Amino acid sequence: MDSVILMLIGLAIFAAGYLVYSKYLGKRVLKLDPAFRTPAHEKNDGIDHVPTNKFVLWGHHFTSVAGAAPIVGPAVAVIWGWLPAFLWVTIGTVFFAGMHDLGALWASERNKGRSIGALAARYIGKRGSYVFLIVIGLLLLMVIAAFAVVIKDLLIASPTAVIPAWGAIPVAVLIGLAVYKLRWNLTAVTVVGVVALYALIVVGDAVPVVLPDPILGMSPGTFWIVALFVYAGIASLLPVWLLLQPRDYINGVQLFIGLTVLFVGTLVAGLFFGNSFVAPAINTAVPDGTPAIWPLLFVTIACGAISGFHGAVASGTTSKQLDKETDARFVGYFGAVGEGLLALGAILATTAGIQSVARWEEVYSAFNQGGVNAFVEGGGNIIEMGLGLPQSLSATVLATMAVLFAATTMDTGVRLLRFVFQEAAEVIGFKLNNIIGTLVVLVVCVALVFSQGVDGSGGLTIWPLFGTTNQLLASLTLIIVSIMLIRKRRNALVAMIPLVLVFIAAFWAAIVQVGTFWNGGQDTNWLLLILDVIIIVATIWVGIEGIAAMRRAANEPPEEEDADLTDHVTGRIPMVK
Amino acid sequence: MSFSSRWAAFSKGLNDFYAGPYRKTFGVARRDEDDHFMLVVLAESLGVPDPAAYYTAELLPAVYEDFHDWHQRSGIPRSPLDHISCC
Repeated sequence: MDSVILMLIGLAIFAAGYLVYSKYLGKRVLKLDPAFRTPAHEKNDGIDHVPTNKFVLWGHHFTSVAGAAPIVGPAVAVIWGWLPAFLWVTIGTVFFAGMHDLGALWASERNKGRSIGALAARYIGKRGSYVFLIVIGLLLLMVIAAFAVVIKDLLIASPTAVIPAWGAIPVAVLIGLAVYKLRWNLTAVTVVGVVALYALIVVGDAVPVVLPDPILGMSPGTFWIVALFVYAGIASLLPVWLLLQPRDYINGVQLFIGLTVLFVGTLVAGLFFGNSFVAPAINTAVPDGTPAIWPLLFVTIACGAISGFHGAVASGTTSKQLDKETDARFVGYFGAVGEGLLALGAILATTAGIQSVARWEEVYSAFNQGGVNAFVEGGGNIIEMGLGLPQSLSATVLATMAVLFAATTMDTGVRLLRFVFQEAAEVIGFKLNNIIGTLVVLVVCVALVFSQGVDGSGGLTIWPLFGTTNQLLASLTLIIVSIMLIRKRRNALVAMIPLVLVFIAAFWAAIVQVGTFWNGGQDTNWLLLILDVIIIVATIWVGIEGIAAMRRAANEPPEEEDADLTDHVTGRIPMVK
Repeated sequence: MSFSSRWAAFSKGLNDFYAGPYRKTFGVARRDEDDHFMLVVLAESLGVPDPAAYYTAELLPAVYEDFHDWHQRSGIPRSPLDHISCC
């Protein structure tokens, strides 16, 4: 029962955040203007810039930012108890993530739809934008490597998910062929596709696939990682209509179904079957080796509370499709709320879904042990109790959902990192073609994953670094929003308070992690140490540049009201309205 | 709002949701294809012998509208053809 109360409190906080706080931000601070000519209209080219219905755009934004991270982060962080995770997810979503995502969208909107990287160059200076490139490159590398390991663990822990997870690929290919080659009606194809996906889940549940050990001379774990990288490499090179597009689409549809099932399951299980928490509100007896809650909680739950990746998506693609500036509130702020909902679901599943206290303590016997497998187990129990689906089947649904999310993020990540490498190569002065570029990406990522041994633990140990890097990116975005608000002499505190907290947490965590990676002896983890030092240097860099830029902004005369209407390239004021 | 118009709106939304994330990729591919087509149609005018010129000449009026964007995209700042003075 108490889990239902917590769920309702959480939903109420999100609702209040959207209805009250985002309204304040939109009206008083950012002054969203329905008459402002958005880049989607100004540069409407039918390709990049297209005015899009706000509900559709919300769907895109939400599914682009929701990978496996809002599940993995909270599922690890509940080791400190459900209360700290719950507070950080709800307060973080309302005051940090909502502000950050909406602010990034608005900042890009007022700058001709430019991305955060380009805004960093404009507001912080050219050196600031170099930091952005380093951070985004590192972030992609970490996402690809970590997700490969997360999926491998899931496929081994939930053998029932193997058939639906790989079966989703032919389903996606068939959807692509049906829509583009046979010209079938999309609604009908969607229904058939979803039915096929769930049929695969039923089949997978009946036929679990456990790989023999060894397989092709590798352990099952190594084999899955190699198979995933081969898949990601091929998927990122295939024409998008054939695999990536239908796969992302069917995933998005499945996310909405899965989230609904999880919340309805929690509600019914709590109300009618008295399901309640097995985990403590605050865990005072954390296992040995668990890092201190401050600052690690704040970097462990990145997506679901605040995540710099959202700013990259909001300013990269979403801002170019915004129909009216006032839609930014729904798309940006409510997009963060959607992510918060997913994180809340993960917290409930991992703390109220596990069957007994003893089992919970067994699952959370060490830091980083619970994770996504705990989500699958706990969520499966809740859905079984609430909706009557057999536990193994519900667990398969959730495991498939988690695998599909991590896998789509991974193959998109390979494609994006290839672009980063190709751009870097161009700067140095040679051209990388697609195949060589993809190979370079795969070699770097595989080397990273296997750097700690053939079990692929190199990919998982960099997960804590993902949090710090991601929060550093969030700080960069918040610095830009703060500078813009200072220049306009508006209430910049709404951005600066989250900025200071996130920045300190990220910096502190990075410092703490140096001690974890370096112990003077043979156990020193050189790879992570070097990456961590890069992050610390980048953080200091961002801090100094950010403070200098904010001081400049405060000393300059206030920006004129129509400053945003000036074309920053030509300096002319274009015809508006 | 009647049921059928609601359904049509839903269907349209679903289509947008399907195509939206990849609109750019498809748009770029289509533009590249159109650019090649333009090159074929204008080949003869640009001095490239084209055995199919007799047929492609008929298409000239259809491509005039996009000509300006095309030559600018191709890195030619001013119209390369005397008989089309678009800029």
